[in-house]
Amino acid sequence: MSPDLLIALTILSNFVLVATSRVNKAIQIAVVQGILLGLIPLAMGLGRHPHILLMVAATIAVKGWLIPFLLRRALREVHIPREVDPYVGYTVSLMLCALGTGLSLILAHMLPLKGGTKEILLVPAALSTLFTGFLMLVSRRKALTQVVGYLILENGIYLFGLLLVEDMPLLVETGILLDLFVGVFVMGIVINHIRTAFDSTDTRHLAELRD
Amino acid sequence: MSLYLIAVALLMCSGVPGLFLRRRGGEVAAGLMSLGALMGLTAAVRVLAGGPVATLVLPPAPLASAGLLTLDPLAALFALPVFLLTACAAVYGIGYWDNHQEHARTLRLVLGLLAASLAFLVVATHALPFLLGWEGMTISAFLLVLTEDRLPEVRRAAWLYLVCTHTGTLALFGAFALLSAATGQWTFSALPLGFAASGRGTALFLLCLFGFGFKAGIMPLHLWLPSTHAAAPSHVSAVMSGVMIKMGILGLVRLLCWIPDPPFWWGAVLMGLGALSGVLGVAFALGQHDLKRLLAYHSIENIGIILLGLGLGVLGKSTGHPVIQVLGFAGALLHVLNHSLFKGLLFLAAGSFIHATGTRDLERMGGLGQRMPWTSGAFLLGSWAISGLPPLNGFVSEWFIYLGSFRALGLFRWPWSLLVLTALALIGALALACFAKAHGAVFLGAPRSEAAGGAHEAPRSMRVPMGILAAGCALIGLAPMLLAPALDRVVAALGEGTRVQPLAPLAHLPSLSLLALVLLGLAFLLWRWLRPLDPGRTLPTWDCGYAVSSPRMQYTASSFADGLVAGLRWALWPRSRGGKVAGCFPADHPFESHVPDLILDRITDPAFQSLSMGAVLLRFLQGGKVHIYLLYVLLTLLTLLLWMVA
Repeated sequence: MSPDLLIALTILSNFVLVATSRVNKAIQIAVVQGILLGLIPLAMGLGRHPHILLMVAATIAVKGWLIPFLLRRALREVHIPREVDPYVGYTVSLMLCALGTGLSLILAHMLPLKGGTKEILLVPAALSTLFTGFLMLVSRRKALTQVVGYLILENGIYLFGLLLVEDMPLLVETGILLDLFVGVFVMGIVINHIRTAFDSTDTRHLAELRD
Repeated sequence: MSLYLIAVALLMCSGVPGLFLRRRGGEVAAGLMSLGALMGLTAAVRVLAGGPVATLVLPPAPLASAGLLTLDPLAALFALPVFLLTACAAVYGIGYWDNHQEHARTLRLVLGLLAASLAFLVVATHALPFLLGWEGMTISAFLLVLTEDRLPEVRRAAWLYLVCTHTGTLALFGAFALLSAATGQWTFSALPLGFAASGRGTALFLLCLFGFGFKAGIMPLHLWLPSTHAAAPSHVSAVMSGVMIKMGILGLVRLLCWIPDPPFWWGAVLMGLGALSGVLGVAFALGQHDLKRLLAYHSIENIGIILLGLGLGVLGKSTGHPVIQVLGFAGALLHVLNHSLFKGLLFLAAGSFIHATGTRDLERMGGLGQRMPWTSGAFLLGSWAISGLPPLNGFVSEWFIYLGSFRALGLFRWPWSLLVLTALALIGALALACFAKAHGAVFLGAPRSEAAGGAHEAPRSMRVPMGILAAGCALIGLAPMLLAPALDRVVAALGEGTRVQPLAPLAHLPSLSLLALVLLGLAFLLWRWLRPLDPGRTLPTWDCGYAVSSPRMQYTASSFADGLVAGLRWALWPRSRGGKVAGCFPADHPFESHVPDLILDRITDPAFQSLSMGAVLLRFLQGGKVHIYLLYVLLTLLTLLLWMVA
């Protein structure tokens, strides 16, 4: 399978994510995207390095199983309505996402990058995923969907990291996963605290905390 | 080196067992600290006595650059107070801050961390370990200051400290970046000839002066120092004042080590700042009635004296006069050690008074000389040393600087050496006046409050560390030639390229200690002669035969110093309120006076207050919505990306 196909599927999953109206489905799409990302290094023909194989396994395990598992558990425990409940409507979100993807294509073309990059789609996909993650973070009300947005954001950073995967030490790769882990845990704590304090996981209630 | 590293590890872990022990945690921590200190001191003394310089290359794996630790004579000299004072503070802490007091376990743990960071920082000769140690020191000191975090003034002092010290660290990042740009590596190494005179050299010097000056408490940058030292527990203040602020000096000395040809004006700037810190520091100390704030201002004064010495050394180096260079640098470096000994002693003794009376206010003490004879003796010895009187150690280091500036005066008629002489003389006299005030207010006369009347002598675990520090003061004062070879080695590192003369004959050290012994003998004879006839009787203070005397009729600390404070009105701007009486039979009338800090209370506080008033205009940006904040992040990211592309 060519890496370009996987990358294109990733970009596609961004659009699906933005248009989806159910929390459960958003988590599912995040799983799909995580697994796609995990497979990209293999498709790029990097399977010969044992440490990259290890990284692939870890990525798929964390992004495709562990984090969705935690998210689904949180979803079960806090008993919230299933709707995504956005600030920005789905159509507008889709258009913004398209705008972001277009912008990333232009930006990626103009960015001063290391020469000899084979996967020309990698950088725009990374930027586009990053923007999508941000869009989710900014435009979705529920803390849980914000965690999903954070995940997507991290996926974008991961894609960018793939550009340098052969030169980058393992340390940085682990750093990415660790970062993500911390993010989910912090958000988990935040969700629980919002819930105990306000009896709801709507981040709008955090506005009461301002001075 | 391995001995040294084991010592650092021991210091670091010293507070850990205490976390799990129900009792005796303080004793265990103090034992581990003392063991570590003994090992570290052994390693340092071995290097100072001429042993080989030990180095250790840290693995480059996580940092992309190999770190380097070097135990050279300079590091060893600074390691002496680090180990000595932190161990003394830990032992002192057993009695001073026992398990019943708040955060006792955390305090011991973090004190160990502070000691370890200091010991690590001293040997770091690479930008990264240096900054690691620096930050470790900063953060652990911040936590130590916060020990009594229920008090609002403690929280305020701790935040002020954190803000100031991180502003300084920012400058250090810049300085190290410049340094590595000049030498091509992050390891500390000599800079090329001519670099110091270039624009980058000037920037490096100013950044270092700012960054290290903030930590050292040089006068316009001292604003965090008084409140922090007053807010921390006394043994922590001892470590902070005795050791931590010296790390700023260590940084400056390291900078001078890298520069083969410092320009003349560097020395002039150092001397000017030294004179300013010294004179104003002691002047502000005179106006204080909080015992620990008073001592804190004296730290600023002593940093001033050290800077005077450093500046003199730089003058000697830049004009090629090794004698002046040796005397200036040796005076400054010896004063670093001396100040940590006597200031540690003074803070520990002050802690005992505070422990016994429950107040830091000089106006509420009094008469403690009879009730706490050991501690009073220790405080007297410390005051004697800090005032630079023979035969104690403060005199020896000031003697070097005096000698150096007299030589410079004879050689060149520089106005700068005149400045050093005047400043030193003024500092010495004012320090003596200030400690006469402090000593008189604390020990002499009748107790001014009930707490002072019921004071008790400190327990042995608090007296022993004071005794050790006092013995150190006396030893250096009486036999300075013991340290002379070590100082020679340190100064040699500072003056690469020039032939350095040995210090002992240069400063007439043998005759100095002979003179000290003779003086001491005379003093002993005088004491024998003046001894009371019947030592068993204890009598109240002589009250001039007045029939109904009361403690309120004594001189207070403020009234004692009032003449000098009024004379220094142009610099101190003391504030007083009330006290105007009218009529023949005036009613009760309140009066209060205090000396606010020149920089903090008159300049930075008002400036930041008006800044925060103006910042209200930006309040609309903070809506309390996470989404909006994230939007800001997104917009910043987009702007940066577009800016990079365009």
